[in-house]
Amino acid sequence: MNKTNQKMSADDLEALLPWYAAGTLDAREADEVEAALSADPELARRFDLVREEMTETILLNEALGVPSARVMENLFKAIDKERKSARAPAATSGLGAWLSDLFTPRAFAFAAGAAAIIILLQAGVITKMMLQTPVDVPSGASGSGFETASACPPTCTEPGAFVLVRFAPQASIADITRFLDSRDAVIVDGPRPGGAAGMYRVRVAEMALPKDELEKVVKEFQSSGNLVSLAMPAP
Amino acid sequence: MSANLSASDEVLIGRIAQGDRLAMQVLFARHQVRVYRFVLRLVGNQAVAEDLISEVFLDVWRQADRFEGRSAVSTWLLAIARFKALSSMRRKPDEELDEETAGAIEDTSDDPEVAVQKKDKSAALRKCLQALSPEHREVIDLVYYHEKSVEEVAEIVGIPEATVKTRMFYARKRLSELLKAAGIDRGWP
Repeated sequence: MNKTNQKMSADDLEALLPWYAAGTLDAREADEVEAALSADPELARRFDLVREEMTETILLNEALGVPSARVMENLFKAIDKERKSARAPAATSGLGAWLSDLFTPRAFAFAAGAAAIIILLQAGVITKMMLQTPVDVPSGASGSGFETASACPPTCTEPGAFVLVRFAPQASIADITRFLDSRDAVIVDGPRPGGAAGMYRVRVAEMALPKDELEKVVKEFQSSGNLVSLAMPAP
Repeated sequence: MSANLSASDEVLIGRIAQGDRLAMQVLFARHQVRVYRFVLRLVGNQAVAEDLISEVFLDVWRQADRFEGRSAVSTWLLAIARFKALSSMRRKPDEELDEETAGAIEDTSDDPEVAVQKKDKSAALRKCLQALSPEHREVIDLVYYHEKSVEEVAEIVGIPEATVKTRMFYARKRLSELLKAAGIDRGWP
């Protein structure tokens, strides 16, 4: 027999009278007590005793008075104090919160993506400028340009494979020399002015290299620690 | 407490969890008197009871985000209040507590016997209610005055539901005995 249709004993019903009087029984229990009260005059008499007790308990409690205004004052003073102290660290830690937001994995991913796009754009601009930059323009000729003794225009037929490199500002001449020597590379042009400012044209092989091999060399330059800040295949 | 008021209490608690001071004022205004009376019946000292209810509602302010809604807000409040009252009573020497408890609630009514002589059955009943042990008084207050169900009393007091029913029965039985001793035979139990 499940709980919903299980009948309560007389003792169980009597035990529930206080809650029936207070109206805090569930519907099923209330119905059972009500039916029992209708059928049992002695139980109904005892229920009257319960009601007397309840009435006097309420009167007794109501006679206890109410708390003074001091309680509310003290409470909200304490709450306001906590609100202030909660706000104060939030204001002073604004920079900290901003920094911690900045270094979230999501922010890092966004920054890396943005940096990649900027580098690609920069590479595009540099390539375009390299193609457009007039080199070895005869003195007095129209257009601006610059001359270097070893310069070779993009269209020159000088044999070899070339990489455009921007060295890191902190790299010393000695470090750069050692780095290039270790790869049998030599600076043949630069530094470039304008949009390609600071770029050097570096010959990395005596003969032209297949595209994939040249890209491998570029990656080696790019992964040279703190010596090279930018490297790309030269046209 | 009606279901609507109970649901409204939960909404208030949600707002309090977000730091809404006004919601706290509404909740306090709604429950402070009952919580105060419950605590006063336990500790028997008005000043102590007032300090304790401040602490109760400050806890609500701090812990509103932890309220899971498994019980009515009023039940949660009484459970916090009871815990604080009992902790406060444990901190005090027994002698001091007994003395304060005895004189805490001003009672201008006569002794039960005198009340019976005056045929004031109600006054005698109130006197006997006050003479009950704290344990019995507590369960009677929770059921009759605070309108708590068997489950809610069990949650507030921290005892099984069956024990709640038994304790209520013995509290009422003791009340009848006190009344009988005062000359009022209720014919029960």
